[in-house]
Amino acid sequence: MTTVVKEPRVEDTPADGPVAAPSMVQVRGLWKSFGPTAVLRGVDLDVPAGSVTVVLGPSGSGKSTLLRAINHLEKVDRGFVAIDGELIGYRRAGDKLHELKEREVLRQRTNIGFVFQNFNLFPHLTVLENIVEAPVSALRRPKAEARARALELLERVGLAEKADAYPRQLSGGQQQRVAIARALALEPKVLLFDEPTSALDPELVGEVLDVVKDLARAGTTMIVVTHEIGFAREVADTVVFMDGGVVVEQGPPRAVLDEPRHERTRAFLAKVL
Amino acid sequence: MTTATAGATTTGTPTRSKPDRAPADAPLDLGELAGLRTVRARYPWRWAAGLAALVVLAQFAHGLATNPGWDWATFRVYFSADTILRAVGRTVELTAYGTVLGFLLGAVVAAMRLSRSAILQTVAWAYVWVFRSIPLIVQLVFWFNLSYLYKRFGFGIPFGPTFGDFETIGVLGALGAAVLGLGLHQAAFAAEIIRGGIIAVDPGQREAAAALGVPRWRQAWRIVLPQAMRGILPSAANEVISLFKGTSVVYVMAIGELFYQVQVVYGRTGRVVPLLMVATVWYVLLTTVLSIGQYYVERYFARGADRTPPPTPLQRARSLVRGLRARTATAVALGGRS
Repeated sequence: MTTVVKEPRVEDTPADGPVAAPSMVQVRGLWKSFGPTAVLRGVDLDVPAGSVTVVLGPSGSGKSTLLRAINHLEKVDRGFVAIDGELIGYRRAGDKLHELKEREVLRQRTNIGFVFQNFNLFPHLTVLENIVEAPVSALRRPKAEARARALELLERVGLAEKADAYPRQLSGGQQQRVAIARALALEPKVLLFDEPTSALDPELVGEVLDVVKDLARAGTTMIVVTHEIGFAREVADTVVFMDGGVVVEQGPPRAVLDEPRHERTRAFLAKVL
Repeated sequence: MTTATAGATTTGTPTRSKPDRAPADAPLDLGELAGLRTVRARYPWRWAAGLAALVVLAQFAHGLATNPGWDWATFRVYFSADTILRAVGRTVELTAYGTVLGFLLGAVVAAMRLSRSAILQTVAWAYVWVFRSIPLIVQLVFWFNLSYLYKRFGFGIPFGPTFGDFETIGVLGALGAAVLGLGLHQAAFAAEIIRGGIIAVDPGQREAAAALGVPRWRQAWRIVLPQAMRGILPSAANEVISLFKGTSVVYVMAIGELFYQVQVVYGRTGRVVPLLMVATVWYVLLTTVLSIGQYYVERYFARGADRTPPPTPLQRARSLVRGLRARTATAVALGGRS
């Protein structure tokens, strides 16, 4: 998949239905403008199940918008997203596409975990309540079961003893680990990370990335927008470099990071390395 | 110091150290300071101003106690008289109904205003516009005379047949009209207060809930509203208190609430001042209760807002007493040693 900036048409985008390659996330021809500025200009992306994709690029290149479009927090102007073969935000009926109602979109989102740059934990709820909320209210899990699962997840991110604390009583790194546990509680098919360490002090970055690495080892499908090149090199199966709303180049980390083929990639890496 | 700087600015010469001050280059031995006694800074003018304020207050209190015009004997008779207590009850009742109706309807109007339907938004805006424009007293008299406009009220299909109806005057008595008027008036203000609280919540909160697939009503009830309450409560408490005192305008409908009853009594006995004081003290007492309630409700909704919640006044008083005791204890110990 090289830089293909073309106008997608509805006919050539696969809607739901069987997919040849086992792609967990398929993105086809996403276009999105905010007023006069086009932020996404025809983005295509394929993320195989169980793989880790790291998205790099200068700020304003459309990385965050791409992530937000994947879980339909941002409605795009053109293009489609499918998770595990399920079209997100629309339903195909014959030759028509029906926009899904909010309730159905919310159900689809339970398959897509999202970790925000600013954590967005609910400050008035305890750590445990933050994690239990969605499984109980969105998936209708019994409370006791959801609590037990939440405690397991807290154990996994190393915060079992903080279950009854309020988010503001935790450090940034701890808050982000809780946010990851909260996203995992829905057992999503894919986890999206929007610059998960950008709001953290440098010494707290490691503890969050360690959790993400654990998840990668466990075979979680993830798309991570980050500026941590070292993390990309170590964990990513695919590195995607975006600039100006398009995917400039992608491939294994060694190819993209060490032998970039595009001038823009080289210029960016020269600045951040 | 000031003279030195003034000299420096006028003559342009560098600042000189005055000979009468301790030489700056003398080594400071911190160990020597350990045995010295510290003297607290004193602020005589602060004390003088505080004293003056106390004198004025004392004069006022003295006047209250000694001026026969206040007529405390009459005050005592009527303060807990049955008629007055019943009137206090009526005032509380009107406040409660007005608050419940006002805030329930206000929440609905605020939700309409924030909805994505242009029709609902406009209707909600118009509601607030109309009911904020009409003076409460005008509205009350209007509702009181509603039966003049609509003799009967019926339920049925709009513009179609009705299934049952009743006489307006029988259902909407003076009390009903008062509650309706207070509630509708209050709802317009409550709607804006609630809306203000909701839009002040970080949009990331709703977004996070949406990203987790939390259902929409639950996003509002569980995530946004509890956080909005922090912004809503101070203004809402203002509204409840002003409604509580505002119930006194329903005296125009001859409802036996506190202010009306007091007027009846002083109309009969001619003792205006003590009876106004009866009403005043009751209003102050009940407002105090509301204010204390507000404090604790706000505290509840502030959970998680700070790393450590601030102590309640009771806890603060306790720790102050403890501190004072500790200080006198050390003072006694020091006194014994010297």
